[in-house]
Amino acid sequence: MPVTDVNTQAEARTLTITAEFAAPVERVWEVYADPRQLERVWGPPTYPATVVDHSLTKGGRVHYYMTSPEGEKYPGWWHVTSVDAPHGFEFEDGFAKNADDFAPDEAMPVSQNVYRFEDIGGKTRATYVSTYTTAEGLQKVLDMGVIEGSSQAINQIDDLIAS
Amino acid sequence: MTDPEDAADAMFRALADRTRRDILRRILAGEHSVSALAEHYPMSFAAVQKHVAVLERAGLLVKRRHGREQLASGDVEAIRSVASMLGELEQIWRGRISRIDELLTTEKTGTTDITNNPTPEEK
Repeated sequence: MPVTDVNTQAEARTLTITAEFAAPVERVWEVYADPRQLERVWGPPTYPATVVDHSLTKGGRVHYYMTSPEGEKYPGWWHVTSVDAPHGFEFEDGFAKNADDFAPDEAMPVSQNVYRFEDIGGKTRATYVSTYTTAEGLQKVLDMGVIEGSSQAINQIDDLIAS
Repeated sequence: MTDPEDAADAMFRALADRTRRDILRRILAGEHSVSALAEHYPMSFAAVQKHVAVLERAGLLVKRRHGREQLASGDVEAIRSVASMLGELEQIWRGRISRIDELLTTEKTGTTDITNNPTPEEK
């Protein structure tokens, strides 16, 4: 399994995922630097992503939407705040009101993200840190239904009851 | 104690209502009196009390008396609830990472083409 560590800090509402890829740092960077590759890894298979605008530079924006099985579009944006190619970048990720001009949906939460790619002998250790400002924001994101998490959520509640 | 399946049913039934989810969010953030909660919703105090009772029966809310007021707080510890939300988010990440891994592997087992040309067999 490429995921090597998962660290949740509930008080800070931060999720840190560490993964290892059998590819050099430059190759992993390219997945994010190339919109055609990015859209293959960003949305779940049932909600494929389409990247419309893509500027992975400090101050740059990335606009994308995911398409539900019913054809509904879920538009989102990144605001890139820091770039250190090919070692990583930082950005805010939020929802947009529409897939025409991608105006931010102020009512929806924004997450702060820090991605790092580190060389470990020709392979890459990737660290993904996502932070939500509030628990409510986190819940809203999950309520959006853009994720494949519902069955896992049910399993978790079962676990919670069983524990 | 009751059957865990029954307990899960009660919990999901309780959470299937938007007002109840909203009440739960508020009380997970801090203790609220039922009357303070009632101010947030366009329904009668009695209706809010009914929602509170459903949450209480599902084991998601505990009430205590303080003078004349009933104070409600989240029984599922806030931290634990946020932890499980992060757990859900983790599933998105596991999906993304396995797709990155797939993308990197497909390319390697494919032809010697290491440029960004899309391969025709890709969907």
